[in-house]
Amino acid sequence: MLGVRLDDASDAEAWRAKARALLLAEVDPSQVEWLAGPDGGLFGSDDAMPEPRHAQAPAVPRDFLSLVNSVLAHSDPRRHATLYRMLWRLTHGERNLLAIATDDDVAWAHTCVKQVNRDMHKMKAFVRFRELPVDDGTVYVAWFEPDHDIVTRVAPFFVRRFTGMRWSLLTPSRSAHWDGTTLSFGPGAKRGDAPSGDALEDLWRTYYASIFNPARLKVDAMRREMPVKYWKNLPEARLIPELVRDALPRMQAMVEKQPTVPRKKVTPLQKAAVDAPEGSLAALRKQAKDCRHCDLWKPATQTVFGSGPADARIVVIGEQPGDQEDLAGRPFIGPAGKLFDRALEEAGVDRAALYVTNAVKHFKFEPRGKRRLHKRANAEEQAACRPWLAAEIDRIRPEAIICLGAMAAQAVFGASFRLMAQRGQWLDLPDGRRAMATVHPSYLLRLTDEKAREEGYADFVRDLRLLRNFL
Amino acid sequence: MYLFVIRAFTRRSAPFGTMAFPMKLSDKLAILADAAKYDASCSSSGGKGRNSLRSGGIGSTEGMGICHAYAPDGRCISLLKILLTNFCVYDCVYCVNRRSSNVQRARFTPEEVVELTMEFYRRNYIEGLFLSSGIIQSPDYTMEQLVRVARTLRTEHKFGGYIHLKTIPDASPELIDAAGRWADRLSINVEMPTAEGLKSLAPEKDLGDIRSAMGRLRLSIDEAKAEKKAPKFAPAGQSTQMIVGADAATDRDVLAASTNLYTNYHLRRVYYSAFSPIPDASKILPLKPPPLVREHRLYQADWLMRFYGFRADEIAPPGDSGMLSLEVDPKRAWALRHRESFPVDVNRAPRDMLLRVPGLGVKTVDRMIAMRAHQRIRYADLIRLRVPVKKVAPFVETVDHRPRGDHESAALQRDLREPAQPDLFG
Repeated sequence: MLGVRLDDASDAEAWRAKARALLLAEVDPSQVEWLAGPDGGLFGSDDAMPEPRHAQAPAVPRDFLSLVNSVLAHSDPRRHATLYRMLWRLTHGERNLLAIATDDDVAWAHTCVKQVNRDMHKMKAFVRFRELPVDDGTVYVAWFEPDHDIVTRVAPFFVRRFTGMRWSLLTPSRSAHWDGTTLSFGPGAKRGDAPSGDALEDLWRTYYASIFNPARLKVDAMRREMPVKYWKNLPEARLIPELVRDALPRMQAMVEKQPTVPRKKVTPLQKAAVDAPEGSLAALRKQAKDCRHCDLWKPATQTVFGSGPADARIVVIGEQPGDQEDLAGRPFIGPAGKLFDRALEEAGVDRAALYVTNAVKHFKFEPRGKRRLHKRANAEEQAACRPWLAAEIDRIRPEAIICLGAMAAQAVFGASFRLMAQRGQWLDLPDGRRAMATVHPSYLLRLTDEKAREEGYADFVRDLRLLRNFL
Repeated sequence: MYLFVIRAFTRRSAPFGTMAFPMKLSDKLAILADAAKYDASCSSSGGKGRNSLRSGGIGSTEGMGICHAYAPDGRCISLLKILLTNFCVYDCVYCVNRRSSNVQRARFTPEEVVELTMEFYRRNYIEGLFLSSGIIQSPDYTMEQLVRVARTLRTEHKFGGYIHLKTIPDASPELIDAAGRWADRLSINVEMPTAEGLKSLAPEKDLGDIRSAMGRLRLSIDEAKAEKKAPKFAPAGQSTQMIVGADAATDRDVLAASTNLYTNYHLRRVYYSAFSPIPDASKILPLKPPPLVREHRLYQADWLMRFYGFRADEIAPPGDSGMLSLEVDPKRAWALRHRESFPVDVNRAPRDMLLRVPGLGVKTVDRMIAMRAHQRIRYADLIRLRVPVKKVAPFVETVDHRPRGDHESAALQRDLREPAQPDLFG
């Protein structure tokens, strides 16, 4: 039997150094006795380590090293030996050991990690600092009793969080101190070394009692997450018995109490009326907000009405809004809208002078996970939306209309219109207006062949140039 | 004269909140925490990590939220959750702070909220602040006050803790931008699962306005995320809350609404709050709360949709009452409706099918998948993996286990009793 001594039972560096030496010397785990901390004093020092039989230790999975770090903080006295046995198995034919969650050693290690992590998490949660006035200011001091040796591991969290304070964490086995610039560790302390109270705790208890809802008592759920063992160091916990006792009567009183009539009249908020004279474009926009002519409004965010000057000389009609337009409530702002803007600029047309709208005013989509797949509005939905488009044109009285894509073109020229055959030509509408159709920018975005896309874009810009005559 | 003075001093505040004398801070805290407790959200998670090492200030967020205490209602206390004021010009029937309610009123100054947050935070009572408010004067005025608290904490106190601001849909876009600049999370409550429910119980609120505000938030959040140099905007995203059991909406309505919200606005969370009796309730409301287990089932269903690949129409299929079973959890209920998909062979089945086995969680499934690359899974392994074997065994096959046929299946079918008709309105 080989005695291996560790001064600090949870020091990962020290354990790794010894384990490495043992591994190099091919010492079988059953031949090692690990002695840690004060208990190791029986032997005083290590037995002589046998001569190494290898020059280099075999590589160990990274996962194992982080496992070692956590497990060593655990209070289980078998941890040094079990970890060495795992190291041995990993380097003696069981490289995939850690993937076998049901292996006794692996399961044990997972349990240790879980318990250490929980202990650290609860320490971050349940430490309660108390103010301690000192000569040159204030130190915040907390007394806490963790189950495992976690102070050195959890202290950096408190540094990151309470950088601008001076504080001390006192536990029975170790203490940690932050003076605003340096973190240091010291020996264990006693409860009496920390202040016995803090002036703010009454206010904290007031909050605790008030945020509790007596109508939904779930004491077991509370105990599961805030086990009773922590209560003695939590200033709010002393309220719990009373809150639990009074919960039911308080709830019954609420239920039995007759509804009251308001004692005082508070004037309801008057929403500022939007200035929208009847028959104006603004009034139309307001009406369209609550359109229920078809079901497209149901899953959508909002009606995407046209935007631009009410006296624009040109109205641009697209097909229907997409994801981005639906969210922003404005037409042509998504990828197709950006391409449209670029083409307008190349064509020398100022978008601000145009009134831009769509044939259908709601986004139609199919949810697919977190994405919304664009769907084409059907004939019924297109027809339901047509009165809005007609009314927009009627209010604006443009000289020219340009349709982007087949849906818009057919809304203006009728179902027999053939986009690819008749694009880029001014046609006269029955009301004397001139109108033209071209492709929709999203069509260009869908073209996968680069050459076709370049040509299509050039044609698109050429069509848009025709607008300049009207500006 | 003498009598008047005595009376004035013994009554700390006039009953309707018109305060003749300043109220004590602890009294305000009691009123304004009480008024805030019906908002279920207390999460302090999500978002990028942040600490005070460089600023030398106070506060950090590290992705995972911390619950600093639990109240006897089983709820986590993570944030200082308060209202700036419970005065309100709105009259939402379900709300304890509606203008026609006779509850006692109070109002914090922004400075008081800042002070309370810092003092609580220094003592490690909280992860940060969740600030909401009744609407006073105007939506913009109220929003401006909320923003001022957040801005003061961040700029004057170098506060690095978590801030969640309730956002008022009607407030101007500039104020909402400012809120996103200082807050980790913004939230707008949809309140009711359906447009009709909202209209009848919250007459001043409008589903269209709420959706449109959520849409704007999503665009701002996406934009800030897409560009590294863009100014920060609500890095922990947006969330919302729905009240369950105050109107006639079914669980199917609720889950359909959630699916829509997750898809449209990429919400981080939808919170479900079982309508709970409030002091001085309105006559229109049911006096009796829905069973708390209904809320629990909705959270389970929500979890299944977010992490287990279930769709709302699988959990609450069309055709029945639209209510989830109160006795059987929704995952098990789905499995019992789809006996033909089981047993699942744990040594072969794809991940998404393993996730559909009642009793198997994401962690266990991932461990099984890692393990089966190296060795076959046996029945005893299930026990070592600490799965609830009794619950899982009827639905899985291992090297040495196959659930028995009809007998067990019949017993299971008995388990799936008709969902009890939920007793909504007493």
